[in-house]
Formats: sequence, C-alpha cells, structure tokens
Amino acid sequence: MAIFRRMNGFFGMMILALLFFFIMQYIITAGIVGSFYTNMIITMGINIIIAVSLHLILGITGQFSIGQAGFLAVGAFVSAIMTMKLELPFLLSIIIGGVIAAAVGMLIGIPSLRLKGDYLAIATLGFGEIVRIIFLNMDYVGGASGMMVTHKTTWGWLFLWMMITILVVRNFTNSTHGRACISIREDETASDAMGINTTYYKVAAFVIGAFFTGIAGALYSHNFYFIQPANFNFLKSFDILIFVVLGGLGSLSGTVIAAVLLTFVTTFLSDYPETRMLLYSLVLIVMMIYRPQGLLGTREISSLFSRKTKGGPKDGNQQTIA
Amino acid sequence: METSKPLLSVDKLSIQFGGLKAVSDVCMELASGDLCGLIGPNGAGKTTLFNLLTGVYVPTEGTVTFNGHRLNKLAPYKITRKGLCRTFQNIRLFGELSVVDNVKVAYHSQASHSMLSSILRLPGHFKGERIIEEKALELLEIFQLQLYKDEKAKNLPYGMQRRLEIARALAGKPRLLLLDEPAAGMNPKETGELMELIGQIKERFSLTVLLIEHDMHLVMGVCERIYVLDHGQLIAHGTPEEIRNNPLVIEAYLGEEVS
Repeated sequence: MAIFRRMNGFFGMMILALLFFFIMQYIITAGIVGSFYTNMIITMGINIIIAVSLHLILGITGQFSIGQAGFLAVGAFVSAIMTMKLELPFLLSIIIGGVIAAAVGMLIGIPSLRLKGDYLAIATLGFGEIVRIIFLNMDYVGGASGMMVTHKTTWGWLFLWMMITILVVRNFTNSTHGRACISIREDETASDAMGINTTYYKVAAFVIGAFFTGIAGALYSHNFYFIQPANFNFLKSFDILIFVVLGGLGSLSGTVIAAVLLTFVTTFLSDYPETRMLLYSLVLIVMMIYRPQGLLGTREISSLFSRKTKGGPKDGNQQTIA
Repeated sequence: METSKPLLSVDKLSIQFGGLKAVSDVCMELASGDLCGLIGPNGAGKTTLFNLLTGVYVPTEGTVTFNGHRLNKLAPYKITRKGLCRTFQNIRLFGELSVVDNVKVAYHSQASHSMLSSILRLPGHFKGERIIEEKALELLEIFQLQLYKDEKAKNLPYGMQRRLEIARALAGKPRLLLLDEPAAGMNPKETGELMELIGQIKERFSLTVLLIEHDMHLVMGVCERIYVLDHGQLIAHGTPEEIRNNPLVIEAYLGEEVS
C-alpha cells in the first residue's frame, strides 16, 4: 500500500507525460505543423536536456561550468562517427556518445573541480575551446568543413531521452546524494565538516551532467544533416548557461521553462542573429536587476500549487518565526 | 580515570602562515567525557587550532591522535567520520536548505543506499531515506526545533541557528564535539539555556566537549578544565579556579579587565 501511495504522484505524472507524447506525436506525424515547427520542438527538447544537465552541475552542486558546449561536441561527433563511419544502430551510438562525454567529464572534472568560482569557469571555458579545436583539426570528421550526418532524431527518441534526463536528475536531487550536492553549493567548508566527500559529489554531478549533455549532442547531430565544429563555440556554452540562470539556479522546472521560452525566441529571431544576441543580453540585464534569483528562484513549479492546498500550519510557523 | 588512554592527544602542534606562527607547540590531552574550555584573547589562535584538529589546515609540525588514529593530513570529511565534529564561529548553515535537511546532510555518511538506488528509486532508497528522516526529526525534537523543520535555515532567528548548528554537528555521531563560540551574540538568558543544553547533550550522547568561548561566566560555569592560548602558545591549563588565579592568564587576558 505504502508503495502505491508513494508512487501515485509519479504514475499520474507518467500518464500525463505519455498523453503529451502521443498528442505531440500525432500533431507531428499528421502534418498539422510544418517542418519548421517540428524542428523547433525537437530543438526545444534538445535544449531541455542540455539545460537540465547544467542545472545539476551549476544549479544544484554550484560548480560554475561554462564548457558544456565541449561535452555537446564530444557527444555529437562521437555518435556521428558511430552511425556514419562504423554504421552502428542509432540507440547504441547515442549511448556511446553519452558515455564518452561522461568519461571526458571525469577526466576534466577530477583536476579542475579543485578550483572554485571564476577559476573553474575559466578552466571549463578553456576545455570547451580545446575540444572544438581538436575536432576542427581532425580530418577524420571533416575538419572545419564539417561532417554529413543522416537525420535520425525523431520526436520519439527525443522524448524518451528527455524524460530519462529529467527523471534521473530529479531522483538524484531528491535524495541524500542530492542534498550532499546542495550542501556543497551552500557552503563547501561546512559540507566537508559534515562528513560529505565533496570531491566525489562534485565529480559525480559533473559526470552525470556531461553524460546527458553528450546524449543531447548525439540527438543534435542527427537532427541537422550536417555538423561542424563552429556549432560548438563558447557562445553555445553561454546559451546553455543562460537557460539555467534565467530559469532560476536550483530550480529544475524553471530551467525547463527557460529552455522552452528561449528556444522559442531564438527560433523566431534566427533570421537576425545580431538581434538575438542583443535581446539575450537585454533579457539577462533586466533579469539581474529585477529578478536576480531567476524565473522561479530555487522553487519548483509544483510548490506553487501545493502551497495553496496545505499552507495552513506552514503559515502559522512563519508567523511565529517573524 | 586519568590512567585510561586519552581520547584526543595533541602533541607539539604548530602551523606557520608565512612568517607568522599562528599556533606553536600546543600540547593537550582530553580524556573521554571531559568538558574542556579553550580561551584566549582575540587572535590567540583558538579557531586556527580547531581548524588544525578538523583538517581544514594541515599542521606544519606536530601530531593529532584521536581515539588511537593519527589525524594528520586526513581530509576533513574523513576526520568527521571518525567522530570529531564541530560547529563554526560564524554560523555556516546550509541557508537554502530546510532545517530538517540541514540535519539530514550530516546523516549522509551513515546512509546505506547508493546513488544508483536513488536514481532508480529502488526499495533501498526509500528505506534509507526513511531512516535518515526519522533520525533527523528525533534530533530536532531534542533541540526543540521540530516546529520549524520545513523552514529555510537562513530564516531562523540567530539563537535557533546556533542550536541547529549544534544539532547538525551531533548528527555526525561525534565522540568529541568542538564548539566554536556557541554563545557568541546570545543574550544572558539564551546563554543560560545553552549552558544547560550543552550539559544535557553531553550526558545523553556521552560526548567529550571542547569549547571556545569568550563568555567567562559560561566557561567558568560549565568547564571542568580550561586551556588558555595566547599568541599561539598554550600559557596555562587547569581547573577554572586555577585559571582564575593564574598570574600569567591575568596578565595576558583578564588583566586588562581587572585593572
């Protein structure tokens, strides 16, 4: 019985998610929306996966990584090599892309996560650029001119990986392991003094984040017939960073909402790339002035609803404290 | 009692920051069940000594032996897991986490479920989380914080934050508890309650306590023995009565107040 009660909310969400999946599937396959919008929806999904990965690293664990485009590139190129050169099945290629990105994440994370704040940001920025330059100079993947990739990313694959990413990150966060990560974000010295192996959890969050970014990279490369290293420059890393900061550092649902909103804006401004960056900067500046905690702050969207239903004793407490 | 092996023994512990010897040749011994005070004027090196004991700083010389283990060069989290827990002078709670989650973080090292079982939500996860939850609520009740369990730690009033810090340190199952100025910023009434609380938890959890404090009333009231630090050196050590009458201590520390 207890298991059912515990899982009730979970199953409810799963049914809603499946319903959403089939409705979208129908809309896309029946041709109700054109390829332009289908493409936008796929891009949204990819951006959600990327944003949620960075949410785990930056929003939960507090590690300032701006080298996410590097993991994205690793996932994209490795999976493209798997499908195009080695002719492996798509699913296996996606997973290999994610695993290699995770391995690279561990390799980078162990030495660089000793650094804090700005220094870590610079180190990860450097990493992202190194990855890009490596692919740029690799003739095997076509160098600067890029590589042809067949279109294999469908709404089904995307939805599957999007759900896996969100579920894994959510389950991780709402456990003792997630609390350990949040305590590192809040105060690393105190976290250490409470018996948390801070290095282990920083690297763990970094590796999980890198894995899912790699997955997103694989889905990305198989969506646009063609990939080239220039797609993964540091501006891409900043785009990813903006999703998380705009959504609210520490809020999973906020990050997802921000990814959807910004993809929407970007798609409609894609004809004017200069305007897009202008708008982005403007949004960030306005945000930092009026809502520095992001769209949802550290709260989740579900808390906005539950507050109203069981707010009685909670409000009572707040009054005594004030 | 004195013949038994000491719980903590510090031998000629020193640390040098550039040209400054912040702590030099400190020797001390704490037997199991002691309640000792560590006093000294500002900048005497009291907190530095705590940081050396808990592994935040690595000593340049000397050794720390705790419960038969040498602690030198161990990472802080490993020292905590050996049963040496602390609070901080400037409160270091996890502000965005709720009160109960703050305590749960400290129970993390005792958690039985793996990361994989949490991600896949296996039965082990639910069992492990339930055990942590129960333990944390039990501890909050002892500290009379259970009503505020869902409040963010940063929203608690100051006195409660201090109490929560001690509760959090106790969650690590310490044998030796280091309290760094637990009464700082408290009014006399709160300090009185704190003195009582320290006595209670010491009995209940069979703790050994070493506390840094500036409130002489508190130190002289609860401590059985007192160590006095000045300019990084141990200048006296004894019962409160002996310390009160020690000319060296009066000169270094209490002297200014007396004259």
